[in-house]
Parts: sequence; C-alpha cells; structure tokens
Amino acid sequence: MEDRAIIVVGGGLAGLMTTIRICEKGQRVKLFSYVPVKRSHSVTAQGGINASINIKGEGDSPQIHFEESVVGGDFLGNQPPVKDMCFDAPNIVYMLDRMGVPFNRTPEGNLDFRGFGGTLYHRTAFAGATSGQQLLYALDEQVRRYEAEGLVEKFEYYSFQRLLLDGQGRCRGIVALNMPTMELSAFGAPAVVLAAGGAGLVFGKSTNSMINTGSAIIRAFKQGVKFANPEFIQVHPTAIAGTDKRRLISESVRGDGGRVWTYKDGKKWYFFEEMYPAYGNLVPRDIASRVIYDVVVNQGLGIDGQRYVYLDVSHLDDEVLRRKLGGVLEIYEKFMGEDPYHHPMKVYPAVHYSMGGLWIDYQHMTNIPGLLAVGECDYQYHGANRLGANSLLSCIFGGKVAGNTAAAYASQAFEPLPEEALREAVASEEREFARVFALDGDENAYEIQDEMGWMMDDKVTIVRDNQTLMAVDGTLRDLQQRLTRAGLRDQGRRMNAEAIFIRELEDRLLYSRMIVKAATLREESRGAHYKPALPKRNDDEWLKTTLVDYDDGKLSVSYEPVDISLLPLRERRYDVKH
Amino acid sequence: MPDKVILRVKRQAGPHEQPHWEDFEVPYSERLNVIACLQAVQRNPVNRMGQRTSAPVWDQCCLEEVCGACTMIINGVVRQACSALVDELTQPIVLEPMSKFPVVKDLVVDRSRLFEDLVKAKAWISLDGTHNLGTGPKYSQEVQQLRYQFARCMSCGCCLEVCPQYGQERAFVGAAIIGQVNLFNLHPTGRMTADERLEVMSQPGGITDCGNAQNCVRACPKEIPLTEGISGVGRQMVGYGLRKFLTRSSKL
Repeated sequence: MEDRAIIVVGGGLAGLMTTIRICEKGQRVKLFSYVPVKRSHSVTAQGGINASINIKGEGDSPQIHFEESVVGGDFLGNQPPVKDMCFDAPNIVYMLDRMGVPFNRTPEGNLDFRGFGGTLYHRTAFAGATSGQQLLYALDEQVRRYEAEGLVEKFEYYSFQRLLLDGQGRCRGIVALNMPTMELSAFGAPAVVLAAGGAGLVFGKSTNSMINTGSAIIRAFKQGVKFANPEFIQVHPTAIAGTDKRRLISESVRGDGGRVWTYKDGKKWYFFEEMYPAYGNLVPRDIASRVIYDVVVNQGLGIDGQRYVYLDVSHLDDEVLRRKLGGVLEIYEKFMGEDPYHHPMKVYPAVHYSMGGLWIDYQHMTNIPGLLAVGECDYQYHGANRLGANSLLSCIFGGKVAGNTAAAYASQAFEPLPEEALREAVASEEREFARVFALDGDENAYEIQDEMGWMMDDKVTIVRDNQTLMAVDGTLRDLQQRLTRAGLRDQGRRMNAEAIFIRELEDRLLYSRMIVKAATLREESRGAHYKPALPKRNDDEWLKTTLVDYDDGKLSVSYEPVDISLLPLRERRYDVKH
Repeated sequence: MPDKVILRVKRQAGPHEQPHWEDFEVPYSERLNVIACLQAVQRNPVNRMGQRTSAPVWDQCCLEEVCGACTMIINGVVRQACSALVDELTQPIVLEPMSKFPVVKDLVVDRSRLFEDLVKAKAWISLDGTHNLGTGPKYSQEVQQLRYQFARCMSCGCCLEVCPQYGQERAFVGAAIIGQVNLFNLHPTGRMTADERLEVMSQPGGITDCGNAQNCVRACPKEIPLTEGISGVGRQMVGYGLRKFLTRSSKL
C-alpha cells in the first residue's frame, strides 16, 4: 500500500499552515480532524498575533520581540527557534493580510496594532477581538482552494488512535477512528504531522474547547515520542466562570486600556498598577495570575468575598470598544447577562495553554523519524511562560517549518508497510474498543473526569507544593483504578461518544500524572511553575528542559540543556522598564 | 427559582433510524446553559421515567459561540446550545437536531454541504504563495469594518435552517455562502477574481434562488447583515451581467 500523501492530524492554525506549505511543494495531504477544520480550537483566540512591524514608530524591532519572548518565558525556551519565529513574524502578518484577514486598520489604511502583556510596544495585529477565528478562516480558505485542486483530502470527525511504525522505528502512518461510523482504519503515509493542540480537559473547566482532550498526544507518547516540559501550564488571569467551562476575556482588553481592581479598605485598589508601575495591567500572565490568586485567596480581597476581581473598561469610549473589543465583550454579555460597557467584568484566572508538548528538534521532527509535531502540542517556543499573542504566531511559524520539513523528508523512497502490520495495528485498537464496550461496572466516567479536572485545577496550577502533588498523584492512581470499573451505557456502534470519552479519559489521567511528576521534581519557581517554598528561579540547577519518556508503563524523567546562546541570562522584572 | 430543569430531547440512533423523544430532569443552578444540562445527563444518564439510558450525543467545540458546532433547534428556534441560557428558556426545553441536514446521531447533523458550497463559490483569495511577497493592500477602516462583519460567519447554518428556499433536495446555496462571496469581492485582491464568484452566483442555486424572505438576517447569531450582503452581491451581478454581455457581443 503505497500512498505518497503526507498525513496531518489536526486542522487548527498549525495543521492548516503545515498543509498549505506541503501543498505549495506540490505534495498531497490527508488532513484528519476531530471536528470540521473550521471549528478547530484556534477559533477561540481573541487578542491577535505579534509582529514587530513598528507601525507606531515606537522603535520596536524583531530583536526586541525575541528578547521579550525569551525573558517572558523565563529563559526556558531554546533561543535560536524563538529568534527565527520573531524575525519571521512581520512576514507572517503580511502573508495573512494578503490572504484577506480583516485586520483592523489605521486611518491611513495600514495594519493597526494593540498593546499586549509582557511588552510596552504596540506589537499585536488584530481583527476585532476574534483574531484567532479570522486567522483560522484565512488558512481554512487557502486549504479549501487546495482541496478544490485535489491536493488535500479531508477526514473530518476522525480521531487519531495510534501511529504506524515500520521495522526501523520510523513513523509511516496512523490508525484513525471514523467517529460517526466507529470504523477503525489504517492510513499509510511517508510522514505524519501531529498538530493536535492542547489538553485543557486535563484541568476540567478551562478556557479550552471540548475537543482539547490531550488524547492524541498521549497515544503518541505511549508509542515512544518524548514529551518536554509538561509542568508548564499557563493560567490566564482573566476568565469568566461557567458550569460547563470557563471563558476567556482577552488580554487585549487590558492592552486597549482595561484596568483590573478590587476594593481594599473601601477604596478601589488597582493592584497591578501599584505593584508593577512600569507594566501595570500588562504584566505577563504567570505573574498576573499569581497576583490575583494572592489578592483573592491569601488576602481575602475578592469582590464580595467571592473568587473574582474586576476587569474594567467602563471608562473607555463605547464606539472604540465596539470596534476593537466587540467580540469579547459580546461573550461576556451573552454568558454573564451583564453589560460590560458600563459595569466592570467579574474575572478570575483559568487554565489556558500548555507551554510544554511533544519534544521536537528545530525542524519540528520528534525523536521518531517521520513524525513531526507543531502548534500547542509541541514545546518549542514559549519556555516557561508564553507571552500573549505569541501562540497564533508559533502555530503559523511552526507550520511553515514543519511543512517544509515534512515535504523534504517525504520525498525519499519508502518500502510499503506490510499489509499484515496494518491489519495488526487496526486490530490492536479494535481490542481496546472491545475492552471498553465490555465495561459494565458502576463508575461513571464523566464523574471521574470531573473529579480529576477539579483536583488538577485546584492543586496543580498557580501554586504548587510537593506534599499536595504527591497526594494528587495518589488520587490519580485511584481514579485510574476506578475507571477500570466504569460502565458503558451506550452500546451503540454509531458515534459512540461515551466509548470514545472513556478511552480519552484514560489518556488524560496519564497526562495528569506526567504533569504532576514533572512538577514535583522541578525544585524551583520559573514562569508558570511556582512553589512558594522555593520562590526563586534557580539557573544553576534547573535551567534545563524536562524530558519524559513512557517506559513500559512507567514515566521516566530526564533533562537536557536549554540553548541560551543568543541572550545572556538576566533577572525578570516588570516593575521597571527593561 | 425552579430546582429542576426538564429537557425533552429528540433522539435518533442513526441517519436511517426512526426518531423518538426522551425526557430528562437535571438539577437547576444559576446561569446554566443547555450544554451544562446535557453534561449533567452524561453524569447521570437516567430518563424521566427512571430508566437507565444512554446520554444524548451532540456536536460541540468552543462553547463560546464562535465555532458554530453546537447549533441545534431549541424550543423551536435554531441557535447555539452554549449561549442558550436556561434562565431565558421556557420548560420543558425541547432539543432537536437541525432539519435541513442529515442526522448523524441524536443532535448531531452532517453540515458538510456548507463547506462544499464554499468550494463552489471559490470563497478564498487566490494567493500566489505563502513566501514573502511584501505587504498586503491598504484599505480603509470602513471597508475593514464591513468585511469583518461578514468574516465572522462561523458556518453554523442558522440562516440555512430558517430559509424557505434551502433544503436537502434543493440547489440554493443560501445566505451564508452569498455573504462569503460578498466578503471576498470587497477585498482589493479578491475583487480581481470577483467575476468567477459572480458566475457561480448566476447559476442555478445562486442568488436568483433567494426568495427574499429575510429570515436569514433575523436568525444569524452574529448579527451579520446578510440581506445587505445579498443585495450587495445582487448589485455586483448587474455589472457582471453587463460585462458578460459586452464580452460576448465583442466576440460576435
């Protein structure tokens, strides 16, 4: 079975950009997506995409963007790829503009830019407050053009199940599940690109979409792909609560002048502005979330004694708000039933993004030849804390690199995989589903998910300590056991969401244990990883990337050095200008 | 305040199975949306008769009303389940799949036709490539604001569900697609290939199939001015028709 089409798993920004690049090289792509690609999680990104184009004449430059990204990531990012990304950012934004993204304009008709966290420059190009949606659609449209030309074949409502590996340990395709029909099939390919996104469901309620299951990442991990820096989970400072999930209120709200406050001694207290005079409301997310946590939990100063503070835009002009932030204020209005134009918004931190991900080299190849990773599911660009509006950038930059790498790698000749190997790969997944279909215990998988999510969110996010982490790991093991006693209520063989969910939850419990283990071992505070008992960054011992291997059912942790060849280490401060 | 929420769900095991109704009761809390109610059924899949059953299946992704996935008919109105708040709905809350698309299972429908029609309408900019070719075209804030409204279309299908001209056996592409033609024809680069899109719009299933019921604009959750989009494309069609006529005449 010789198929020359490259497989891309995931149809968000990273997967689509990878697809476009491969098509531009004249090669074909099979694009697998859990949902129709236009509904991918990238659609929820609000604020924008960073590029130092210096439209405002502030003296911004790609070099400054690079330095602020490295410092923002607390020096855990490998510097050469971060630099390449920042220097390519202007080209990427111009490319998106050429694709027709309706970026906001200046009066002269140029791209407009807004402020964002971790910088004092106006560096973020934006399309209202639905920038991720607009970027996703632009790439979706270009991929649709290639689909019309016959270069792209889409497999939507398919779920990645496992990798096909050849005798030399190279990745040669995938097994995927057609979710509506529950059919499992093997698809051979010269190379596979995983662009499977993040894993918000590990933390139950987060700002992530319901498709950010983390499952594809763990399946690859269990087949030998290394995972890097799992302990670095971004908690976004401003989200709104909900029974079903949390919803992001973009950093751009502060970038465009929104202020955060609570009452202290009966007066409004703008605590960011007081504590960080230079950056004020635009301190990076890790710091902002810790401060809000401290104000609310330790100092007990949440509004009305509840778990929220105010994010206020009521002092800003309605018309400007509507033009620049309409999309996000609409979310607040619809889901909270209150008017954010004239009343401050109630916000609190929520899990948002994983800086860690599958280990890749600078060309986006994982440790398994022929398997690449890109987007939130890789670990390359954000170190210990991602700056706002760098995620859309890393997805697209990574997609450009990964597309080139995959196309070049796939042009070599491959022996077809033996039919027997394909059959066995499908059969092994069929056995896994047969096991799930035979579950007839009393436990409910959705309740186990809730318990896991609540615990991970409460105990493994903003503040960590080893005693708690060890207890969490014990409970996670219990939950793994309880899940083996689950019952499957839906015995149907069509779009069995429950059976799929149970298998994904098994993956998520392992994902959780990986985060907890890496967090326990890292004895310092850096970026989003914070232990009050060890509040300082410790470069002497911990300036290194965490690597996790799956070794016969066990998580094995090792470390590798970070490439800091371009920017010397320095203290990370936001109370004064750099 | 009610202490319970009653859901009445139209269930269907597959595209060719007979639908049936099943009622559920879940605990009430403030600011619940329909999704949270369905999630509660997953945790306790027992129907109102007290029988153990399977939880209904629905389509979902962002739950922020920006991806379009969780569109269904709620108390007779097509909308996204994530932004349908229980406090604003009468009970029982009746949930049905969209009727203009084939049912996959329960509340999940197959909307792939929408994306196929976007291919037909050539809803893209014909890019020379993603390599560095300099800046994009300058254009005004007014054009950006107008384009942005149409660019927010999330292909949810609400406008198609309510359109009397749209249906599984009919060719009409509907307001969502015409809105995208307008979006690309408003772009300085997209305008260069406007005639290709207008040609598609002049064919059966194109703009002349619009019956001007104007249901689309009222149903759009993003308040996209769809009827303005349709009339905008209609005006472009006049110019296109004239150009086409002149080209044909000059060849005679």
